[in-house]
Amino acid sequence: MEKNINIKLKVWRQEGPKVKGRFETYQVNNISVDSSFLEMIDVLNEQIITEGKEPVAFDHDCREGICGMCSMYINGHPHGPDEDITTCQLHMRKFKDGETITIEPWRSAGFPVIKDLIVNRKAFDQIIAAGGYVSVGTGGVPDANAIAIPKEDADEAMDAASCIGCGACVAACKNGSAMLFVSAKVSQLSLLPQGKVERARRARRMVAKMDELGFGNCTNTGACEVECPKGVSITNIARMNREYLMAKFKD
Amino acid sequence: MTKIDAKIPEGPLAQKWTNYKNNQKLVNPSNKRRIDVIVVGTGLAGASAAASMAEMGFKVKSFTIQDSPRRAHSIAAQGGINAAKNYPNDGDSVYRLFYDTIKGGDYRAREGNVYRLAEVSNSIIDQCVAQGVPFAREYGGSLDNRSFGGAQVSRTFYARGQTGQQLLLGAYQALMRQVNEGNVDLHTRTELVEIVKVDGKARGIITRDLVTGKLERHFGHAVVLATGGYGNTFFLSTNAMGSNSSAAWKAYQNGAFMANPDYVQIHPTCIPVHGEFQSKLTLMSESLRNDGRIWVPNKKEDAEAIRAGKLKPTAIAEEDRDYYLERRYPAFGNLVPRDVASRAAKERCDAGYGVGATGLAVYLDFKDAIERLGKDAIKARYGNLFQMYEKIVDENPYETPMMIYPAIHYTMGGLWVDYELQTNIPGLFCLGEANFSDHGANRLGASALMQGLADGYFVLPFTIQNYLADDIRTPRMSTDLPEFEEKENKVKERFEKLMAIKGERSVDHIHKDLGHVMWDFVGMARNKEGLEKALKRIVEIKKEFWTNVRIPGNVEGMNSELEKANRLADFLEMGELMARDALNREESCGGHFREEYQTKEGEALRRDDEFAYVSCWEYKGEDKEPVMHKEVLKFEYVELKQRNYK
Repeated sequence: MEKNINIKLKVWRQEGPKVKGRFETYQVNNISVDSSFLEMIDVLNEQIITEGKEPVAFDHDCREGICGMCSMYINGHPHGPDEDITTCQLHMRKFKDGETITIEPWRSAGFPVIKDLIVNRKAFDQIIAAGGYVSVGTGGVPDANAIAIPKEDADEAMDAASCIGCGACVAACKNGSAMLFVSAKVSQLSLLPQGKVERARRARRMVAKMDELGFGNCTNTGACEVECPKGVSITNIARMNREYLMAKFKD
Repeated sequence: MTKIDAKIPEGPLAQKWTNYKNNQKLVNPSNKRRIDVIVVGTGLAGASAAASMAEMGFKVKSFTIQDSPRRAHSIAAQGGINAAKNYPNDGDSVYRLFYDTIKGGDYRAREGNVYRLAEVSNSIIDQCVAQGVPFAREYGGSLDNRSFGGAQVSRTFYARGQTGQQLLLGAYQALMRQVNEGNVDLHTRTELVEIVKVDGKARGIITRDLVTGKLERHFGHAVVLATGGYGNTFFLSTNAMGSNSSAAWKAYQNGAFMANPDYVQIHPTCIPVHGEFQSKLTLMSESLRNDGRIWVPNKKEDAEAIRAGKLKPTAIAEEDRDYYLERRYPAFGNLVPRDVASRAAKERCDAGYGVGATGLAVYLDFKDAIERLGKDAIKARYGNLFQMYEKIVDENPYETPMMIYPAIHYTMGGLWVDYELQTNIPGLFCLGEANFSDHGANRLGASALMQGLADGYFVLPFTIQNYLADDIRTPRMSTDLPEFEEKENKVKERFEKLMAIKGERSVDHIHKDLGHVMWDFVGMARNKEGLEKALKRIVEIKKEFWTNVRIPGNVEGMNSELEKANRLADFLEMGELMARDALNREESCGGHFREEYQTKEGEALRRDDEFAYVSCWEYKGEDKEPVMHKEVLKFEYVELKQRNYK
């Protein structure tokens, strides 16, 4: 009942940040369609190691779609052809026997390549550090039920908060914009009473940091929303623009 | 003989933590600035501890192997976090949460620690809400709760099936705020490779930069490990690929006791293994047992037909289904604790009633819940889990029951710590899953998040001051000290030795060998003969590793195979210690089931007169047998009984 397929891989190999990269072609045979994409990469790497060469470096960790570590650009799509999933949740049953699959790293000015398919996403941490939080220390807070929050607001905040920080939105965007990522955090916190107090400051600081780090502008192409593995909506971008405008009015 | 002092404070159970805080030493604000604290790991425990201490004014150095603190494996926790809020007014209290946790842990945890955990649980929920964690809410705007295994109340707070993610992001954001303020020096893609002691106290660490391969020295007045569990010893587990035991193992080799290493949690609801190429197992949250019913066919011929692909589960009539948990444990039903549910699944499969192609699976069925509540309600509760299942298995769980089987999930054992979360090495603290402290022999669902955040937000920031108060005159030390030099050289030698092996087999290949031995002999059911065999086999695999592993590339630069090999070398040692501990513990309790010790009904049979202790293993050197010390557990408030979920 198990079906196996043979595939050809065109994989981006790049030894370091400053070294010129190139595509290498590999043939991988006898892959079970029930295996995940990354398990297929494991098989490829086993094969490369057996040949005495260096395996393909790639980021991955939880392998269940939540840590946001995996980051491959597969056949022209961040996280591959399937919808609403990360690369680690992509399964080989989505590919045909004999198919050629092209695998690249995220390509964006904001995410320089470290090695092969691994990129540096520190910029996202820096944007959060600039203001992606409620400025509250440990202790001295009111009872959790002291402030009622309408279920709709909590649910909407949760929709925005489900962002995993993988960077697919940036990789998908022809401008290399980080608006979806930034707006998801701005939205989550501005929807909740706890985050409303410093909403203007937050929007201003996060947007300024994003611009400073070399991410592009949003031109509403909507590619980010389509490719987001968690279905984070571009309505968040509209909300952030409002927040930002309001903050500017206050200035 | 070494005396083991847990430093449990005086006074009645409910007063101990208050008494401790009233009498402990503190560090004043101007002195805090002059003290460095190293925190390794940025999961719930590490991030919350680092953020909290930085807010107080300590200078914190935070380390993670990931590219961002937000990737720590706490992020994958699905179901929820317990607290004794009693918002649903269903009879919960601090005492009841304490009692359920002690009982759930099969009476192998300290009363004092567990009571404190229950006591601070409510503050965690308050804290997270204040941070903007979007917990699930009722239409009236108040927080919603659900039930988890081992409890008869609804005390679990949740954010869809992504509670761990939301709590971790809360802690991560608090941490990044402190990075921004300059109070935390954050090191990503950096791995601890040694611990440095000066005059017997933990004073620093040696790290390896995972991008450049460079070794670095870091000083801290104290070192805090929050580096997670050792479930990946088994190769296949629900842990992330990078989760490892190496930091804890370095602590052990430096003299810290490893406590109860054989207590491993096998989670009953995971997606079954489907092939040799499999790299990890995926958990389906325990919260699903709120609405899902677990069953297998009660006729062997039906089970056989299902395995052969000739019969569909939906075609099996109600009277031909065996809802074995409801049958065996009517009081708790599908919500028995994890160890009990896992063993019951194994029992049915071993008896020939298992389903799926391999026969190593049981059904988790939502048919009744969907009929009762509607598909939309189920989707709202578990939508992301159902989607996750469908992507992996390619079946729609709204229409056909999920298939599940137990898998390695969490390790209750870990570094021994006292009430202050300090190991027996002065200045070395350990938090979260990495320590052994609160879950006894079995952890209840939704308690890992509770413990991680309790340790990091509300326990360590107090207790570490009791230690650091004596250090306010200790100036920052130079990392040129011979103690640092010596450790760095040791690490260099180890990496050179690894690179020099140049054998034939990949790291994963050898890791899988270890995994098979662990699962077969140190897994869900253990016995003397099997454990002795495991000990022999592990020695052989160790030899294979050190003579025949192949690590391509160089010691410099990014080298994921070298990282994995370095961790596997420690897993091999860890696995051996786990088997040794399991062999020593001649009783069954919680996650540790020795086939020789069971009741007539097949339940775990504890032997309290001989084994009501924490086994604390002391490292004696390479190729030397470790020595076991006992911390005897005293129960003053709870009566030891056979756990009854009937």
